[in-house]
Amino acid sequence: MAKKRITMRQAISDALREEMLRDENVFIMGEEIGVWGGTYAVTRGFYDEFGEKRVRDTPISEMAIAGAATGAAMNGLRPVAEFMTINFAFVAFDAIVNHAAKVHYMFGGQIKCPVVFRAPGGGGRQLGATHSHTPDIIFAHFPGLRVVAPGTPYDAKGMLKAAIRSDDPVMFIEHHTLYQVRGEVPEGEYIVPLDKADVKREGSDVTIVTYGEGLRISMEAAEELAKEGISAEVVDLRCLQPLDMEPAIKSFKKTFRAVVVEEGHGTYGIGAEVVAQLQEHAFDYIDSPIKRVAQKQVPLPYSRALEQSALINKERVIAAVKEVL
Amino acid sequence: MSEREVGVGRAADIPKELLLDWYRQMVLIRKFEQSCSEQYQLGKIGGFLHLYIGQEAVAVGSIAAKQEGDHLITAYRDHAHALAVGSDVGACMAELLGKVTGLSKGRGGSMHLADVPRRYWGGYAVVGGHLPLGAGIALSEQYKGTDNAVLCYMGDGSTNIGYFHESLNMSGVWNLPIVWIVENNQYGMGTSVDRASAAPDMATKAKGYAMESRQVDGMSVCDVYAATLDALDRVRAGEGPQFLELITYRFEGHSMGDPLRYRGKDEVVRWREDDPIGILERRLVEKEGCTREELDAIDDNVEEVMAAAVKFADESPFPDLDSLYDNIYAS
Repeated sequence: MAKKRITMRQAISDALREEMLRDENVFIMGEEIGVWGGTYAVTRGFYDEFGEKRVRDTPISEMAIAGAATGAAMNGLRPVAEFMTINFAFVAFDAIVNHAAKVHYMFGGQIKCPVVFRAPGGGGRQLGATHSHTPDIIFAHFPGLRVVAPGTPYDAKGMLKAAIRSDDPVMFIEHHTLYQVRGEVPEGEYIVPLDKADVKREGSDVTIVTYGEGLRISMEAAEELAKEGISAEVVDLRCLQPLDMEPAIKSFKKTFRAVVVEEGHGTYGIGAEVVAQLQEHAFDYIDSPIKRVAQKQVPLPYSRALEQSALINKERVIAAVKEVL
Repeated sequence: MSEREVGVGRAADIPKELLLDWYRQMVLIRKFEQSCSEQYQLGKIGGFLHLYIGQEAVAVGSIAAKQEGDHLITAYRDHAHALAVGSDVGACMAELLGKVTGLSKGRGGSMHLADVPRRYWGGYAVVGGHLPLGAGIALSEQYKGTDNAVLCYMGDGSTNIGYFHESLNMSGVWNLPIVWIVENNQYGMGTSVDRASAAPDMATKAKGYAMESRQVDGMSVCDVYAATLDALDRVRAGEGPQFLELITYRFEGHSMGDPLRYRGKDEVVRWREDDPIGILERRLVEKEGCTREELDAIDDNVEEVMAAAVKFADESPFPDLDSLYDNIYAS
């Protein structure tokens, strides 16, 4: 299949557009997604192409955006609702967690809720404490909601298509610093499942378990480590709920050493869950304490160097790897 | 109580057979709720239990006005709506008893009854949380180009939560086919409307979203019917979302175990004089020429239906423990 190198922004935009062309029931709604073209320009041109019925600018009303998208999904449509940033999804937390994530189970399977919530987020852009969250774990806490966070253009496109076609509510988390990252994407149709982790780089000395922005950083770290003769295997979780630990466990049983890298706060984080599962399923393979690399325990500050000092980076990953070796 | 503003002619023209059916439904709701109270005292119903006694005319009158494709969605005081759309009485009671034969297979309980094949999307227990769901269902019908509408019920207390304001606003901006129905039973739990709302007059709130509030005697099933029919006509004529305030009263507490410290006994006695079943009964006897025997026969029939429903629920099995993980995901 022919391939092209495109940005993650383009990959997400292409997935949306292709699904809207494929299925009349798919529509998008959110703040400034239409006339404006999306604050991250993911939906630029959609309003002119599809019209206001299928590209719906909303009032600044996250509770109603999430709730109305959920209601429309319950009655057979496939809405893709965009939160301008994941930080604003906090306002809609009840609609997502109490309704979108619960209606299928709570009413004994009578209701399906094929809604997608797109939520760009993450730190590193000097947006201050309220606009820089990486709260992925909070959403991933709840069964009933699927939570995915792709780290490459290929995964972003394939997983968004899968999310739109899924009969479940999906929180689709996009890290805003990844929008410009380029990667190879096939020209034709493909799908990436919503419940499978993926080995992004093979190695034999240490396992780095990560996802999203952490994947980009970990791949760079692995590249550097290789120059020093350290072979790191990078496992991309991609799907946070349900979580697929098989590839990470398999890798750990080969390397006996692991570092978990996530951009969110470490306390009660993804790393905590991964480490717990590794010791449950591979206790006899642990050769050294498993390290976590995560955002420091502070509200993210504005000032650039100060903000960067609280975030994960290549150097911290490399240092952690060297500690476990 | 203020005079109804719409549907006077229609309220007068309702055929006797329809009135008798409404009487049957209202008695069924009353008996169902009384039976729930008993089952709760016996420890067979767990969790929270909110009874509809006193408000029967609201669910019955408004649901009678809907066309087949219309939807309804409500809050946690939700048994009556299920019964009024014709849900199986045994399956309703079985849900409350946590049985696998319940409407939601024992997963929802009293606050989460739904009967989706009858377009009843259920009871939702976070105040106001279902309002945008109702807006979304209305959006889906508009999107598909049908003339179906949504009846979205809420208590007076929910007019103070953010969901209310966002949902009404969105429904207005998008001209959604929805009727917002405030069941104003005077109290949000134990806090009266004037202690909870800066603008206790619902009309003021509706006006904020360019809707005219129609205040209706919620104890008169005929008035509720006529007002809802009128509102649905307006929605289908493309006039956009409608807003009804149905003045009603719950004769029992907010939920089981309510100490009722917030209202006087004489207030309850006064409202009980406006018992919606009594009002309909008087109309049937005085204007429609019904005999006491006719009504007694209906009462007896409802008693039998209720006894059978409780028996069915009682004898039904609890869900298998290995079905715990069923229906977390649909795909």
